[in-house]
Amino acid sequence: MRKVAIVGAGMTKFVRRALETPKELAYEATKTALDSCDLRLEDIDCVAHGSAPDAFDGIHQKGEYLADGCGGWNKPTMRVYVGGGTGVHAIIHGWHHIASGMFDTCLVVCEEKMSSAMPHAQGFFLTIFDAITERSLHPNLLWIFALEMNRYMQRYGYTKEDMALVAVNNKRNGLKNPASQFKDEVTVEDVLNSEIMAYPVSRLDVSPVSDGAAAIVLAAEPVARRLTDKPIWIEGVGWTLDTAYWGTRDLYYPRYLDKAARMAYEMAGIREPAKQINIAEPYDPFGYKALHHMEGLQLSPRGKTVELLRDGHFALDGNLPMCPSGGLLGVGNPIAAAGTMKVCELFWQLRGEAGERQVPGNPRLGVAQAWGDLMQVSSVVVVGN
Amino acid sequence: MQEKVHVSGGTALSEQDVHSGEIFMTEDSLDCAFAWDTGVAINRYLTELKNGRIIATECRHCNRIMLPPRLFCELCFKPSSGWVYINDTGVVNTFSICHVHWDASRIKEGEKPYLPAVIEIDGASAGMGIMQLLGEVEPEKIKFGMKVKAVWKPENERTGSITDIKYFKPI
Ligand SMILES: [Zn+2]
Repeated sequence: MRKVAIVGAGMTKFVRRALETPKELAYEATKTALDSCDLRLEDIDCVAHGSAPDAFDGIHQKGEYLADGCGGWNKPTMRVYVGGGTGVHAIIHGWHHIASGMFDTCLVVCEEKMSSAMPHAQGFFLTIFDAITERSLHPNLLWIFALEMNRYMQRYGYTKEDMALVAVNNKRNGLKNPASQFKDEVTVEDVLNSEIMAYPVSRLDVSPVSDGAAAIVLAAEPVARRLTDKPIWIEGVGWTLDTAYWGTRDLYYPRYLDKAARMAYEMAGIREPAKQINIAEPYDPFGYKALHHMEGLQLSPRGKTVELLRDGHFALDGNLPMCPSGGLLGVGNPIAAAGTMKVCELFWQLRGEAGERQVPGNPRLGVAQAWGDLMQVSSVVVVGN
Repeated sequence: MQEKVHVSGGTALSEQDVHSGEIFMTEDSLDCAFAWDTGVAINRYLTELKNGRIIATECRHCNRIMLPPRLFCELCFKPSSGWVYINDTGVVNTFSICHVHWDASRIKEGEKPYLPAVIEIDGASAGMGIMQLLGEVEPEKIKFGMKVKAVWKPENERTGSITDIKYFKPI
């Protein structure tokens, strides 16, 4: 396998409703990523792009629709789609293209426009549930999160206040991100006083509906060294799918992530992730999910994560900053784009280009993770400078 | 070295922009209809629900009683070994009190919240939970580990659907 580096990154602002079409959003992110490493489209060998449910846009097979905006014209182009896991999965897909020796450069572009779905994108999640054994109960996507959050809290004796700390942490980081769709800080009281949607999930525990796109440029080692003196290497990748019988898994622990994380660490030669990883971007569509995923990523002992969070361990200036980008809670959650945004963030952080939200101490290793499908897939990428 | 631009595009539209008449929208509404065949294993499951019983499949290789029943065991990938009737009682593994409908619209004043739960049915292997609703219980009285029993629709109203069980109530 050849070494693969990230050499460029770019994204749009994440907004509740964008003027741009999906294709225009993808173009903005793609062009910004290309410009960031002084490449033109003709320098790109292939494209790995991603977008989550077609139903959001009401455009069936939207990968084909989107391809032009991702620089896919007349190039080998493949769409990845594993729901919320898409944004990181697409990067693994792009990594394969280059590591295999097939191509030297690859654009990875993920886009989501959720605002077109009326009256609310959430309704389309009804159709991810099993058509015969679940859907006639009229489930809302929140059910599954609420069931999982409640079980996680009960298992370790965590409180709603504990879980609210994540939204506070991530939204605070997000205020320093120029791509964020938020302007205001929130407090634990704000989270606890926000509308209870599906107990124990309150409105501010949840990431917003967003439109946006994010892109990175991947290159094989010799090309990467020619293009930049600060390549960010993809050191490990991992992904797994758990069973779609989600009620059969005990929801307090993300088993789907455990294996994916170990796979990525093994490839990266990481034996003690909690000590060796300097920055974590766990997938955080809900506050508790960031903590749940920190445990699955082996970055925090099970049941001790709230303690570490309260001690400032995961703060921007802590030992292991969590979601310095602001995450989905602090920047926004255009599904597929949000996962790619996390890898863009690691790219900027490890190059020392993250501006106001730069993690101090010259971080060397970062991990990003995304999660999706019927709560069953996890994609993990470890990057280093 | 010149600092590169990280963020471009993503022009936020406000409610006013949308209603100003200067931003055009094209609207469409899809009405999609489907009729799903219920399959080899689930058809039997639904047949038994109509009879007021819960049936599971067994995998003798993995020593599992599997619910919902399935044609094959996803762990060892062998065909299921056979059918077993199990109880219509179980234990609440986790639950929620949900104030929104499936489409994210809010429940109305006076309307009862949904009470979804993962229920581990007695007789199935430990941890083989299914998603079902709770009923005949005050939301604040729901407990983890609470024992519950199925409340069935009257026989003549059952249609061979998971909704033949109205909900599970505490016992
Ligand atoms: Zn088996």
